[in-house]
Amino acid sequence: MTPAIADPARPVLRVDIVENEDVVVVRQRAREQAHRAGFSLLETTKLVTAASELARNTLEHGGGGYAEIEICTDGIRRGVRMRFVDEGPGIPDVELAMRDGYTTGKGLGLGLGGSRRLVSELEVQTTPGHGTRITAIRWK
Amino acid sequence: MATTPERLIQVLQSSQVQLLADWIKALRAVHKTRSATISDPELQAQCQEFIALTSAAIASNDLEDTDAEPWRPVKDFLAGVSRSRSRQGFSPSETAMFVMSFKEPLFAMLRRTREGIDDGKLLADVWEASRLLDKLALYTTEIHQAAREEVIRRQGEEMLELSTPVIQLWDGILALPLIGTLDSARTQVVMESLLQQIVATRSPIAILDITGVPTVDTLTAQHLLKTVAATRLMGAECIISGIRPQIAQTIVHLGVSLGDIVTKASLADAFRIALAKLGQSIAKG
Amino acid sequence: MDRIPILRMGRTLLVTVQVDMHDQLAVRLLDDLTSMITRTHARGVLIDISALDMVDSFIGRMIADIAATSRILDAQTVVVGMQPAVAITLVELGMALPGVRTALDVERGMELLGDPRDR
Repeated sequence: MTPAIADPARPVLRVDIVENEDVVVVRQRAREQAHRAGFSLLETTKLVTAASELARNTLEHGGGGYAEIEICTDGIRRGVRMRFVDEGPGIPDVELAMRDGYTTGKGLGLGLGGSRRLVSELEVQTTPGHGTRITAIRWK
Repeated sequence: MATTPERLIQVLQSSQVQLLADWIKALRAVHKTRSATISDPELQAQCQEFIALTSAAIASNDLEDTDAEPWRPVKDFLAGVSRSRSRQGFSPSETAMFVMSFKEPLFAMLRRTREGIDDGKLLADVWEASRLLDKLALYTTEIHQAAREEVIRRQGEEMLELSTPVIQLWDGILALPLIGTLDSARTQVVMESLLQQIVATRSPIAILDITGVPTVDTLTAQHLLKTVAATRLMGAECIISGIRPQIAQTIVHLGVSLGDIVTKASLADAFRIALAKLGQSIAKG
Repeated sequence: MDRIPILRMGRTLLVTVQVDMHDQLAVRLLDDLTSMITRTHARGVLIDISALDMVDSFIGRMIADIAATSRILDAQTVVVGMQPAVAITLVELGMALPGVRTALDVERGMELLGDPRDR
């Protein structure tokens, strides 16, 4: 993953993901950060959609957790970085979870493959039985 | 003070005023030939910031690994300076001189503090400092280069938008003549533009004419299919026209399925079909 | 409990989605539509999503489920007004929603629903 530093002048928006409505809050925060980062409408839509997918995963598969959304930079580009953390069962086979049929949209329902296509970088850190930490960055 | 970092910090902090004066003088000499230059207060602020951030980073005791966390603030600051120089039209060398021209003032000051003491430490300090400043100077050139490439890429995109106009052929029928190779960036810009026009003109039919597209590879075909799929989701329909025999063969060879997308050899045929499709709903009303 | 209102216009049910839907709200919409189609013998369902600036895989699947369920209950569904950015993103996600009929706006959607040839 590209080393990215947080923008010290901007806040890290944290959302606890405990129930259904929290996924909507995650979308709103992602939208706010995208706006701050100067994303276009399409870039924003992709980011917010990925945020929604990943937040849902955290809730449904991870048993709840939290998200942290912030603006970042690699020295040249500006972007939005999102982290989704849970202490759930973990993902036993990440490669499999990333795979989905492009035309049918079917997969293991984890939405990871789709989310990956919507962002610039996606990294999954998971330990079966101990939880999952997903970091996604979308550069402008 | 036993270590190089400690001695460097000592010099940076105790002789800051003199260092700044000498450094700015050196920079002014470099900028002499430039028409657009940087104001005194701004240059002063930049130099001071660099010294402050660098002192803080040196305090981490690692002069070797400038990719490590303690050096992030310095690099971030230099990236900003570099991008700004790039925007103002400074050359990569002129940009690198921001850091490079700090060498001589720093070395002169190091020499002065070790005046009369011959213990080999001066050589070590100058050497370490030189290596550090070289790395930081090179970093500014990289950023400068990347910033330039970014500008060129953006300008290219803007030109793309101008060169792929969406035409309103008829009330409810748009045409998009695609020309040249459909690489990823171009196709995305084109896709967005077409979809926005469909909404703006409330046109249910869009004709994608690929007469001017010499070859189609898997990626291009996929992009075309994505455009068609997105159009359908919005409630409009795409007709692809201008498929030459070679392209038809390539599409089959690639195993790409056009599904039930209507394809016509000529734009004229596509237009006729489009009218007929609209005609159905008009007659009904 | 919040729900998305469903308007009845003759034999057509009209839904205008104007809020950022969470999953349960979308599921409730499917349930409400299903029972209303049956109760009112509706022949058409028009879902206006022109105000939605995001449709993710769950909502996309719900839309597809609404269309499929309605069809079984002998009603046609048309989804209208999908925004360009949403359409592009859905395609990128891999959801082309093949079983869902679409139209540019409510006017054309109603035209589609009213066409006896499409029954």
